[in-house]
Amino acid sequence: MSDFEAILKAYERSGGDPNFFRSPKVASLVISGNRVLGANQVPGVHIVPEEIEHGVRVKVIVEPEARLDVPAHLCFGVIPAEGVQEILPEFEIGAGAKAEFIAHCTFPNAVKVKHFMEARVHVGKNATMKYNETHYHGETGGVEVIPKAEVTVDEGGRYTSEFALTTGRVGKLDFDYVVDVAARGVAELVVKVYGYGDDVISVKETIRLNGEEARGLAKSRIAVRDQARSEVIGATEGNAPYARGHVDCIEIVRDQAVASAIPVVRVRDNRAQVTHEAAIGTVNKKELETLMARGLDEETAVDVIIRAMLAV
Amino acid sequence: MNNYLLMASDLHLERGGQEILRGVTLEIAAGQVYGLLGRNGSGKSSLAYTLMGCAGYVPQQGRVFFDGQDIIRLSITERARLGLTLAWQEPARFEGLKVQDYLALGMREPSRTRMEEALEAVALSPSTYLNRPVNEALSGGERKRIELAAVYAMRPRLAILDEPDSGIDVLSLDDIGQLIRRMAGEGTSVLLITHRDEMVPVADAAALMCEGEIVRVGDPAEVRRHYAYHCRPCEVAASVEPPGGGYERL
Repeated sequence: MSDFEAILKAYERSGGDPNFFRSPKVASLVISGNRVLGANQVPGVHIVPEEIEHGVRVKVIVEPEARLDVPAHLCFGVIPAEGVQEILPEFEIGAGAKAEFIAHCTFPNAVKVKHFMEARVHVGKNATMKYNETHYHGETGGVEVIPKAEVTVDEGGRYTSEFALTTGRVGKLDFDYVVDVAARGVAELVVKVYGYGDDVISVKETIRLNGEEARGLAKSRIAVRDQARSEVIGATEGNAPYARGHVDCIEIVRDQAVASAIPVVRVRDNRAQVTHEAAIGTVNKKELETLMARGLDEETAVDVIIRAMLAV
Repeated sequence: MNNYLLMASDLHLERGGQEILRGVTLEIAAGQVYGLLGRNGSGKSSLAYTLMGCAGYVPQQGRVFFDGQDIIRLSITERARLGLTLAWQEPARFEGLKVQDYLALGMREPSRTRMEEALEAVALSPSTYLNRPVNEALSGGERKRIELAAVYAMRPRLAILDEPDSGIDVLSLDDIGQLIRRMAGEGTSVLLITHRDEMVPVADAAALMCEGEIVRVGDPAEVRRHYAYHCRPCEVAASVEPPGGGYERL
């Protein structure tokens, strides 16, 4: 099997549809380790990858006013049991453009794999960028994932990011996204993680609402069981008139797992408003007993409740 | 003894130092709709949780047989797999779970036809509700109907419906009554727990519960009449009771 086929097979196992990478009509990028196995461009979208020692630097440019009819598909992975992968993407979404990206990061055989991503994102005036990233790390827990992003949203722009790691082990996750939002811009960060074994989860979401009427939501849904640990810091700043922000964190804890949530709300303009809510606890007893009264065993009922929460 | 699908005898339950059930005995035949009437706080819901095996509701004394099998030590799941289920008075909400997935959870062979049938049976439009999440966006009445639909879809052998009429507008009570008869028509026995005497006519047999005891058992019309004309809350009865009695403790 070629490396291309191997990575697509892993991509499929992580829930993606590999056919998108074979279609000339879909913007796409396939990276295995530090090798670029495929890159497809479509009108209005330029994908320029450059291989570096331990990974790939890639520039993704969406031209002003361009519209992607089909989401661009990105696949990052490491097939061997050990390895280091650095992904250094730079997204430039032109003014008025609208683009959606679906990324799958897959490390199916990982015993000792480190995946590091440091992204820079610029969403132009009145542009929209949606970025969905799904991870699959296999069952050994031997992955360390460090996704970091610095995002700038111009006036009237909209940035939505959803990060999901809910299948297979987490390993060690250190998620850190910072978004600066200009006037009338919108930022929404969503993180969903399900940790077990001795997984360690750290999530930091920061939204700075710097422009008038900017809006932001930092949302996290975390479930931990066994001896897993999680810490969520959701920070939102209201730095301009009529900025509106909200931090929303729910964590479910089972067994000997430990979870903490630190919502940080900071307001520097008395016309701005930032709110927060955080709830950490075990599975709700009534929810559990309701599902058991339908015939589900306790373990399955807990899983249904957790997966439902992570689906939101 | 085996003529009854459910037989509970001499159930005593104490919680927080308070005796909630005081020697409750209840017998429900296969295919029967059994109305359990009583005022708020009389122990009806505690009896429901005890029969279902909920955490914290293990009786200190008494037995529960389901289809001849002693189920007192069985878990909720095991009881449900025997065909016993419960629709809670205030149903839980599930962030992220769609109505169709919720309905399917209890069905042995999930089918869209049965789900649609179940929603229609509680006067909800399948096209509107199947894809909605079972979350806070639903009103209390909608959630209640979905709970009843889930129990109906499951085709249990015995459904304990705890106050199925609460949170439902008065004009829709007939819908609930029809659903209960429909369940019975499909072979499901129903333990209908209610404090509204107008729900009792749907039952084949009835009992009246007061302060953790079954104080009357018999024909639904007779039990209803007794409840309506003779029963008052204890504090009211104490203040108005004429010499020689007239009101019963409730």
